[in-house]
Amino acid sequence: MIKKTPQQIAMDGEPLLKDVLKDVGRHLDQPMRRAFLQRSLSLGGLSLLSGCAIVDESSVEKALLKVSRFNDKVQAWLFDPNRLAPTYPDSMITRPFPFNAYYGEDEIREVAEDSYRLEVTGLVADQHAWTLAELRAMPQADQVTRHICVEGWSAIGKWGGVPFASFLRRIGADLGAKYVGFKCADDYYTSIDMATALHPQTLLALTYDGQPLPPRYGFPMKLRMPTKLGYKNPKHIQAIFVTNTYPGGYWEDQGYNWFGGS
Amino acid sequence: MRRMERKFMANDTGLVHPLWVRITHWINACAVVILVMSGWRIYNASPFFGFAIPGQATLGGWLGGAILWHFAAMWVLVGNGLLYLVCSLISGRLQRKFFPLSLRALWADLLAAGQGKLSHAELSHYNMVQRAAYLFVMLDSVLLVLSGLVLWKSVQYPILRELLGGYEAARRVHFVAMSGLVIFTGIHLGMVAVVPRTLLAMIRGR
Repeated sequence: MIKKTPQQIAMDGEPLLKDVLKDVGRHLDQPMRRAFLQRSLSLGGLSLLSGCAIVDESSVEKALLKVSRFNDKVQAWLFDPNRLAPTYPDSMITRPFPFNAYYGEDEIREVAEDSYRLEVTGLVADQHAWTLAELRAMPQADQVTRHICVEGWSAIGKWGGVPFASFLRRIGADLGAKYVGFKCADDYYTSIDMATALHPQTLLALTYDGQPLPPRYGFPMKLRMPTKLGYKNPKHIQAIFVTNTYPGGYWEDQGYNWFGGS
Repeated sequence: MRRMERKFMANDTGLVHPLWVRITHWINACAVVILVMSGWRIYNASPFFGFAIPGQATLGGWLGGAILWHFAAMWVLVGNGLLYLVCSLISGRLQRKFFPLSLRALWADLLAAGQGKLSHAELSHYNMVQRAAYLFVMLDSVLLVLSGLVLWKSVQYPILRELLGGYEAARRVHFVAMSGLVIFTGIHLGMVAVVPRTLLAMIRGR
């Protein structure tokens, strides 16, 4: 997962360097020799310095993942559920809004509207499966917010749908549970913390720019959270579950930070 | 008071850099190398200038690996940086070594440096160019951390975000501040190569 980098260069070079230094040293007068040795010592220091960066073993990777889990906790602590992401006027919407997934645009899934049912499982009182009509009948909200990708780019879009907090209350979810997980029709899966799930700007998005969500943006439904990076916003959601067992996620299991929030 | 001052006067003890300076310096060097190289890999995921960084100069192998390195080393940089600043302020080293700063003297020293006449005879004394350069890199590092904070938590720090011109502007600020640090490091290493005694002093203290 983390690229192996050659780490032998400095060490292999050392005996050779010593021999060369010995040879050269014999032919140099005393002050020159001292300066030369000092200069090579400086270079040794430099290779030591870069040596910090080129240690690489699976234990390092484990340590890094541990720090990442520690960062999850710090981020949960920093997260203020009342802090709102900035909203923008319609004129600032990025057009066209970029497509992004773990697959190419030619593999976008088409979900049939009539047979679609949203499954709800785990720590929830009402586990009946939802039709799109039922979801559309719930009170709707919309937002023009910035989608920030883990790659660094960002784009402003307009999403509308059911505030996730009201949906979770409606299904009698255990709001004290740790995680809300998502399984998607495109085989994507992810999970979020309950605090973010209850954030006022977290939407079960059914529309994009006033129109039913097109397949490229996750028809029939995606989770839209301006407080989280793009990969935390699953598309084509088929099942939602509430749990206290860490569910991971498609990218998270490969090393992306789980909290992934801003 | 007099005794305190004498204790910190480098010439009395022959010590150029006290142990805490050397330790924080080398920890900082490691953190910066990791942060810059992993940061370049992160930049490559979505370059906003017309170029990418050669892969061999980056760390992490892929975006996820680079982020792991970056978000681990950031703690080292911040913790170590704060430790340095606190020790620097308490010991009086910050005021003693880097101040007063005079633009006129800086100009004179720059001219002297350009003519190869700037002396490095006394390692414990920083000329104006050094003072300006080291103060620059301290402030630049603070800007790096603050702009990084905006990229990491753009919703949580709205004032900082708006001060830096918003999320997208903060990315550029972060990149430019990184460039400043890398340029400083290049010059810094060049000077060390020219005056190798400085490296010994940073390792042994004298």
